[in-house]
Amino acid sequence: MIPIPSLFPLCSPVQNPKYEFKIRNTNLETWKVKTMYQLEDVTKTYERRGQTVTALANSTLSLAEGEFVALVGPSGSGKTTLLSMLGGMLAPTSGRILLGEDSLYDLSVADRTRLRLERLGFVFQSFNLIPWLSAVENVQVPLSLAGKSAAEQRERACDLLDRVGLSDRLEHRPSELSQGQQQRVALARTLANDPKIILADEPTGNLDPASREVAMDYLSGFNAEGRTIVMVTHDEFAAGYATRTLRLVNGVVSDETHAAKAA
Amino acid sequence: MNLRSLIWKELRQRPTPMMTSLIAVTLGVTALVAIQNITVFSEQAIAQKMENLGANVLVLPQSVSLQDYYAADMHGQTMPEANVTQLALARLPGVQNLAPKLCVSASVDSIPITLTGILPKSEFQTKSSWQGLALLSNSVGSDRGCCETTGADVSNDNDPASLATTRTIQQLGKDEVIIGSDLAAQLGTKSGDQLELFGEEFQVLAVLPATGTIDDGRMFAHLHSVQRLSDSGPVVNVIEIMGCCEDAAGSLISDLSSLLPETKVITIAQVVETQVAVNSLMSRMSWVFFSILLLVGGASIASVMYANVAERRREIGTLMALGATPGYVTRLFLGKATILGVCGGVGGFIVGTILAAILGPQLLGVAVQPMPVLLGVGLVTASIVSIAASYLPARRASGLDPCLCFSES
Repeated sequence: MIPIPSLFPLCSPVQNPKYEFKIRNTNLETWKVKTMYQLEDVTKTYERRGQTVTALANSTLSLAEGEFVALVGPSGSGKTTLLSMLGGMLAPTSGRILLGEDSLYDLSVADRTRLRLERLGFVFQSFNLIPWLSAVENVQVPLSLAGKSAAEQRERACDLLDRVGLSDRLEHRPSELSQGQQQRVALARTLANDPKIILADEPTGNLDPASREVAMDYLSGFNAEGRTIVMVTHDEFAAGYATRTLRLVNGVVSDETHAAKAA
Repeated sequence: MNLRSLIWKELRQRPTPMMTSLIAVTLGVTALVAIQNITVFSEQAIAQKMENLGANVLVLPQSVSLQDYYAADMHGQTMPEANVTQLALARLPGVQNLAPKLCVSASVDSIPITLTGILPKSEFQTKSSWQGLALLSNSVGSDRGCCETTGADVSNDNDPASLATTRTIQQLGKDEVIIGSDLAAQLGTKSGDQLELFGEEFQVLAVLPATGTIDDGRMFAHLHSVQRLSDSGPVVNVIEIMGCCEDAAGSLISDLSSLLPETKVITIAQVVETQVAVNSLMSRMSWVFFSILLLVGGASIASVMYANVAERRREIGTLMALGATPGYVTRLFLGKATILGVCGGVGGFIVGTILAAILGPQLLGVAVQPMPVLLGVGLVTASIVSIAASYLPARRASGLDPCLCFSES
């Protein structure tokens, strides 16, 4: 196991974030948890070649603040569609999606864009680094979009890359980094504007087992800081890090965690 | 990291697709700058010529056509020298001076030269004295018909170097020569030196100051010496008539045509009208070339930008997911177009100016200087074309679905 420097000295008393939290529970009788996302009868359909394809069907669910949610299901089941809708990038055909107090798709495009900039972070399967920018410049991109000064950008980017163990690769381009290192740069970029929510689409899909574990340990650490994580994954190992699992089959969401507990 | 650095880095990383577009834009501006530069300075030279020689009239053999005033005697055809005597004795109104010329080829120290025979004014005064007209101040014409605007200043004809400006000379011995500045430098001669022409010794009376015309490369000798040495007989190539003002020059034409019906009489305005027409055509054509090349460049930029948008779809989707607004994405591409336009405008101005500096003297015999106004014109139009051509691709980029960031490569 690759040792990871302590990223979160001020985090919760739970020392090993890999294991299931004992205190988080959506049973409102014992613990009131703030809702981060609320989906109200959300449906998403596409018209393709004269046929209607239902990506998400009448979904109603809540995602609490600080949850680590895994979205699992077969290919084409609507996982990425749901993730896109949570990210404010894909409006539902019907229904509402609330992010905190705001109805996400009643906001303007500009407001949703600002919301993504300030409150959301993304992790992608293919890392989506800009190939002609160095590692530190890639991390600076969201800081630049947020209007930070050049000095602030540089300082914060260097700090984040140092935390993911890449302080010696600041000026390297993505093509000069391994896939594991590229994903760590992407993780550093995700944290650039200190998002409260991280949406991850198959973050371990292109990683070897060792890098996979490193990436998941980082994500788990982010969650331990209080960030809400929604992660689409096919990887059982990655899904094991989550505190809650939602399964999508043919556009229908079922909560496997609750089902398992009920059983 | 900011928008400008993002644009520059991407351009530096992928310069090749933009190069063809940039070349087309640069060529368009180059064509405009080069041609406009040459035509403007050519027009200035013509205007200067008109100012200096506007009152002058040329009498030429009937079949001669003329492009350059200063090469009026270099066509090889001749007419009788008797025409000169006729003109001098006619004492036409508005005539200040007569300058008949005969141009032959010669060599000095095996260096080929153009030898021009000219008749000093003293010869006319001699003729006038034979006619009993010695008391008159002007031996070749009268000041009837003269206006306030004068032609060449003839007050200093006694100085041999006045030939450069007044195109006449008071005295020139039959064994004396006057050399143009460029030819003197080439031969290494100066005033007072001796040189050999057609086997005879001549003394250099003066070296003319530089005039910027072909006279700088000529040697001038007495007309009758040149006729004798070249065995051409009593003939001349041209009779240059210096009028007292442009108005008188116009009325001289009919008098001269009546007096010398077997010759061609033309004014400076007629000499330069061909060049004026050429300049006008070149100026119009420069705008045509400019427009065509810019349109080609614009189409190329649009094509390359569309391809660039398609190539960067996932990158654009990622930027939007990270918080880039559609306006930011639009500025990303329009900023790139602006840089292309500016580079094309500046590059085209530099290349066009250099081209004009090389071709101006060769094509039209004019020296050109950089014209800053053309930099502004090139810069603005190239930038506008680049931005306009990139507008639709930029709009397409800004309208891309951010969900592209989730697509696999």
